[in-house]
Amino acid sequence: MANRIETLAPPSTSGAVLRERAAGPPALTTLWRFCRRKPLGAVGGLIVLAMILMAVLAPWIAHYTYDETIRGARMKPPGAQFWMGTDNLGRDIWSRVVYGARISVTVGFGAVLIAQALASAIGITSGYFGGKYDICVQRVVDAWQSFPFLIVILSVMAVLGPGLLNVTLALGAVGAANASRIIRGTTISVTQNVYVESARALGAGHLRIMVRHILPNVAATIIVLATIGLGAFILAESALSFLGFGVPPPYPSWGGMLSGSGRAFFLDAPWIAIYPGLAISLAVFGFNMLGDALRDVLDPRLRGTGGRVR
Amino acid sequence: MLEERAYGKDLDDLRAKLGLDRPIYIQYFEWLGRVVRGQLGESLWTKRPVIEELARRLPVSLELGLMALGFSISLALPIGILAAIRQDSASDYIARSLAILGLSVPGFWIATLVVLLPAIWWGWSPPIQFTEWSVDRWAHVSQFILPAVILGIASAAAVMRLTRAMLLDVLRQDYVRTAWAKGVGERAVVLKHSLKNALIPVVTVLGIQVAQILGGTVIFETIFGLPGMGRFLFDAINQRDYPVIQGVNLLIVSVVVLMNLTVDAFYAYLDPRIRY
Repeated sequence: MANRIETLAPPSTSGAVLRERAAGPPALTTLWRFCRRKPLGAVGGLIVLAMILMAVLAPWIAHYTYDETIRGARMKPPGAQFWMGTDNLGRDIWSRVVYGARISVTVGFGAVLIAQALASAIGITSGYFGGKYDICVQRVVDAWQSFPFLIVILSVMAVLGPGLLNVTLALGAVGAANASRIIRGTTISVTQNVYVESARALGAGHLRIMVRHILPNVAATIIVLATIGLGAFILAESALSFLGFGVPPPYPSWGGMLSGSGRAFFLDAPWIAIYPGLAISLAVFGFNMLGDALRDVLDPRLRGTGGRVR
Repeated sequence: MLEERAYGKDLDDLRAKLGLDRPIYIQYFEWLGRVVRGQLGESLWTKRPVIEELARRLPVSLELGLMALGFSISLALPIGILAAIRQDSASDYIARSLAILGLSVPGFWIATLVVLLPAIWWGWSPPIQFTEWSVDRWAHVSQFILPAVILGIASAAAVMRLTRAMLLDVLRQDYVRTAWAKGVGERAVVLKHSLKNALIPVVTVLGIQVAQILGGTVIFETIFGLPGMGRFLFDAINQRDYPVIQGVNLLIVSVVVLMNLTVDAFYAYLDPRIRY
C-alpha cells in the first residue's frame, strides 16, 4: 500500500534526476535508440566513422606514405608486411587506400557542402515564393536534371582540367539539381504551416522567415539528402578518377588506383584491382545504409528517393 | 592543329578560320544555325564529319543501353513486387540489402573484376574485337551481354527500391482493402489493382534511368571496347576534340528529352486523370 502511494505522489526532483541518470544524457539515449531501431544504419554509421578516422589519422595508420616506393617490393602479394600487397611501382596498397580515404572524404564533404548550400538556396526560395519565380527556376532545374550526370561532369572536367578542387566544384554544382527539387517540395509543405503565417503577421521579412522558420524545418530533409549525397559523390569521384578526369596521380584516389598503368598488371597482381574497389564499395555502402536509416527516422516522406546522384 | 611554336600570322589565320575571333554569342548562334541545317562540324582530329561518326556509333550505344534497361526492368520489377508483398520477410531483407549493395558497388570495379577473375581462374576473357551484326549475329549480341548486365545493376537497384516503396504505399490504400474484402485473389489485387498505380512514379524514374545508363556507357564502352558514343566522347575529351564533345552532348540530351517526352505520354495511359 505504501508503495502505491509513493508512486502516485508527484515526482520529486530527486526522482526525476534519478530517472534521467538511468537513461543517460539525451544525446546518447537518442543514439542508443537509433542503433536499436536501425541496426543496419548503425553499421553504416560505424563504417562512415571508421572512414573519417582513417582520413584524419592517415599518417599514423598507414605504414608508408602514399607515394613511397619500397625497394625490392614490386607486386608483392598481401601478407604480414604489406596487408594489401604492393602495386607495380612497389608502393604499399594499404597505405594508399588509407590516404585515399582523405581524397574521398575531402571531395565528398566539399561537394556535398556546395551541393546542399546551392540546393537549399534554390529549393527554399523556389518553394517559398512560388508563382512565376518558381516556374522559371524549376524549368532551369528540369534542364539541369535531364543531362546525364557523368556526361556533364566529364564535359565540365574537359574544360576545367583534372584536379581536386575542380572535381569538388563540378560535382557540387551538377549534383545540386536533384536535391533542390526535393527541398522545394518540403519547403512548400512547411510554408503552409500556421507559424509561418504568424511570423509574417508579426512583420518578419522574407529572409528572416526563410532562415529562421523554414530552414530549421527542412533541415531533416537536407541532412538525409546530404548523407545519401556523400555516398553518391564518393562514387562519382571514383568513376571520374577511374576515367582519368578526377584527381590526378600520384595522389591515391581509390578510383584512380583502379586505372592507369596498374591495369596492365592486374593479371599478375589482382590485389591491385581488388582492394581499392572494396574500399569504395564499403564507404558508399556505409553512407547509403546510414542515409537510409536516417531517412526512415527523420523524414519518412523521402522514401523511394535517393541512391545515386541523378 | 598548328606547330608548337606557331607564328602570329598563322595563329590569327587559324582563329579566323575556326571563327574564334568573333564574340562568343555570335559563335553560339552560328553553331546553332549549323545544327539546324544538320551540320555538327568535323572532328579536329580525324577531319571527318561528326554527324557521320555519330550515326555509326549511336546504334551501338542504343543497343547497349536498351539491353541494360531491359535487364534492369526485368530484374527490378519482380523483385520489387515480391519484396513489397512479403514486407519484412527474409526475402524482403535480402532484396533490400542487395539493392543497397547494387547502388554502392562501382560498376567499373565490377566490370574490371568480371574481366579479370575469369581470366585468372579459367584463362577466359571477353572478346576485344568488335563484331558487326552482319558478320556474326550471335557474337554481336553476346558481346553486349556482360556490359549490359553490369550497366543495368545500379539502375535495377534504384528501380527495385522505388517499386517496393510505391507498391507498399498503394497496398495500404482503402480501395485495395476493398478489393481484398471482396475476395479478390492476391494475384489480381497486386497485379491488376495495385501495380498500375504504383508504377507511375517508377515510370518517371525510368526516364531518369535512361540518362544514367547513357552516362554509364562512357565507362563500359571504354572497358569492353565497344565503339559507341560513350567511347567516342571519352576519346574526344582526351584529345580536346571540341566539335565532337558538342555533338555527342547534343545527341545525348536529345535522346534524354525524347525519352522524357515518351514517359510523359505514357503517364496519360497509366493515369487517365492526366491529360495534356
